[in-house]
Amino acid sequence: MEFFTISLLNGVSYGLLLFMLSAGLTLIFSMMGVLNFAHASFYMLGAYLAFQVSEWTNFWVAFVIAPVLVAILGGLFERVVLRKTHKFGHVAELLVTFGLSFVILELVQLIWGRTPVDYKVPTVLEGSLFKLYSSSFPVYRAFMMLVAFAMLGSLFLVLKKTRIGLVIQAALTHPETTEALGHNVPQVFALVFAGGCALAALAGVIGGNAFITEPGMAQAVGAIIFVVVVVGGMGSLAGALIASILIGVAQTFAVGLDWSFIGGLQTLGVTVTPETFGYPVWKLKISQVAPILPYLLLVVMLVVRPKGIMGTRDE
Amino acid sequence: MSSILKALHFKPLDGVRIVVWSAFALILLLMPLAAQSSFALTLLCLTGIAAIACMSYNMLLGQAGMLSFGHAVYTGLGTFVAIHAMNKIVGGWWVPMWLIPLVGGFAGLAFGALLGYVTTRKAGTPFSMITLGVGELVFAAALMFPEFFGGEAGINSNRTGGSGWLKDMGLTFGPQIQVYYLIAIYLFICTAAMYAFTQTPLGRIANAVRDNAERAEFVGYDTRWVRYLIVMASSFFAGIAGGLTAINVEAATADLLHGVRSGGYLLFTFLGGVGFFFGPIIGSILLVFALVVLSEFTKAWQLYVGIIFLIMVVFAPGGFSALIMLNLRRVKYGEWRKMRWPYVGMFFFGLIALWGFAALVEMAYQIQVAAGSGTALTVARIPLDAASTSSWLIAVAVLIAGGVAFEVSRRKFQRVWNEGEEHIAEAIKKAEAAIV
Repeated sequence: MEFFTISLLNGVSYGLLLFMLSAGLTLIFSMMGVLNFAHASFYMLGAYLAFQVSEWTNFWVAFVIAPVLVAILGGLFERVVLRKTHKFGHVAELLVTFGLSFVILELVQLIWGRTPVDYKVPTVLEGSLFKLYSSSFPVYRAFMMLVAFAMLGSLFLVLKKTRIGLVIQAALTHPETTEALGHNVPQVFALVFAGGCALAALAGVIGGNAFITEPGMAQAVGAIIFVVVVVGGMGSLAGALIASILIGVAQTFAVGLDWSFIGGLQTLGVTVTPETFGYPVWKLKISQVAPILPYLLLVVMLVVRPKGIMGTRDE
Repeated sequence: MSSILKALHFKPLDGVRIVVWSAFALILLLMPLAAQSSFALTLLCLTGIAAIACMSYNMLLGQAGMLSFGHAVYTGLGTFVAIHAMNKIVGGWWVPMWLIPLVGGFAGLAFGALLGYVTTRKAGTPFSMITLGVGELVFAAALMFPEFFGGEAGINSNRTGGSGWLKDMGLTFGPQIQVYYLIAIYLFICTAAMYAFTQTPLGRIANAVRDNAERAEFVGYDTRWVRYLIVMASSFFAGIAGGLTAINVEAATADLLHGVRSGGYLLFTFLGGVGFFFGPIIGSILLVFALVVLSEFTKAWQLYVGIIFLIMVVFAPGGFSALIMLNLRRVKYGEWRKMRWPYVGMFFFGLIALWGFAALVEMAYQIQVAAGSGTALTVARIPLDAASTSSWLIAVAVLIAGGVAFEVSRRKFQRVWNEGEEHIAEAIKKAEAAIV
């Protein structure tokens, strides 16, 4: 029970962080058709900038400034580079963001070095929120969930209740018509791109100190958020939310479990020895399989339901 | 009508074709003579293998428009299976060593059939995302099965094992030169086979699926099946490259499967150019140059490669092969001479700006990464000190001055270039009018 509750809470907070990342990716993808390969790099940039700003001032300033800075950088990139490749098609756009991820990684190493930086949780948010039997739930995890929910709520409000949200939704499905009605669609694109980058950076600000801020952090989540977007259904925010929490919870549970097929088969009365066919597979513990769970989910989803959880298009 | 028929007409003994392929064979044959050192020979071997891998990648990207982030899975798994087969040969299996690349090829084909079934369920951007996920899956799984993949240390083998009459004749693969010729022969055959593949109906339909999947579907082709077949064919050749790697290096580690490697194939195939068949060969030369030579010169080589890649995607999406072909077209229409001075100006100022940029990057790296070895360094033989302000100021000044001059000369170049394009377009129109 104790393990279950704590793992569930940790899983949900990790899943929400994944959602913050994939929300921006999904928004950009569904609007512009651009798969932002550098999305996780903006997440990393957010964490590093937050570290730098909080060194100079404090965490709360960084919490506000870092996403804004990354949004400006993202918007600039969209304006100066990405827009130029639009005429060459989606492959060129994907390639340009792929190149950008390379450059950001190198620049980060150039500025902050190759070793992890000491980006710490602010003292106010240290310690545990409550204790459940013997394991404690840290305050910072609760803070992460709070930020994610606040972001989810405000994203919903902006998209559904404001004028710019309506224009974004319109440009999402009918860009030409929206343009004909007098809205500056390229500018809306730039705005969405910058906004998506800001969301990624916000995830970096709160994720960088919860986990670890190092040059490898972008690659560590990069592939997983792609999985989230595909499993959730291309371009579906609700699907991305479900998929992120699913992956977050599944991975957190798996890390804590050391069950294996051998144990399961033994309760069924079958003994497995090193001579049994396929022993390397049977002896694997669930905790060892944890890193590949998201990708297995991807494969299973593609075989069973290629359009994803909430997807509408079946390409 | 007649011109269309002419384009489709197959001439097995085309003069130009014979000359090009003979020249290719001759170059492959004579290259070791130019390579005086064993290091140069090693570079040649790596380039040959990379050329097969990049061309197989271009079957996906250039021919069928499928941008894969997981190509190293097929080359890497090819290497692993080939290494295990080599160990079996050492253990007494009767298979000649020179067939090992084919073992890798069939391993690639098998994994292409298995994984491609999943990845090709989607086209376009989702395909790219799925290949990335499947690539991560295979890499993570490789670390989970140390029995097959050898864990962190990897597995080793020995290419001099086995038997056979060729071996009795002296073909032991002990000397590197024998390995080179093995690679060269496989490279020639694979190149010919892949070129022939572009001419087959399947190769043509792949182009149709790339250009307009909807229409291809409407005409009655199953685009998913076409993608699946192309992935399998591509992974077969990727597996051959992997098998050659097994013979060349005699070892395999899990990082052969890593996403960074897949990214490298994508990056350099694109730099070489996806629009022409020979583009990936240029890409493979660049790949080996960057990985082996450039990385000796500077720790920041990935930054330079990344920036060059960004510039190429934005300004020359056809890669280097397209640049070569465009310039050859200018020569053909007598438009190239006007370009000489704009070219010289652009390259001159470009190099100056590059020096300023490189100086900044290298000084930053000297402080950040190589802090232990002092602050003094040279960039293109010009001594700098990363600790002194004047060095930084000089570098910034050179970068700004060079950058501005470069931009001015680039605009001039652009103008001259566009004028030339117009002239050529007119000339082509005139020629067409003359035919009619």
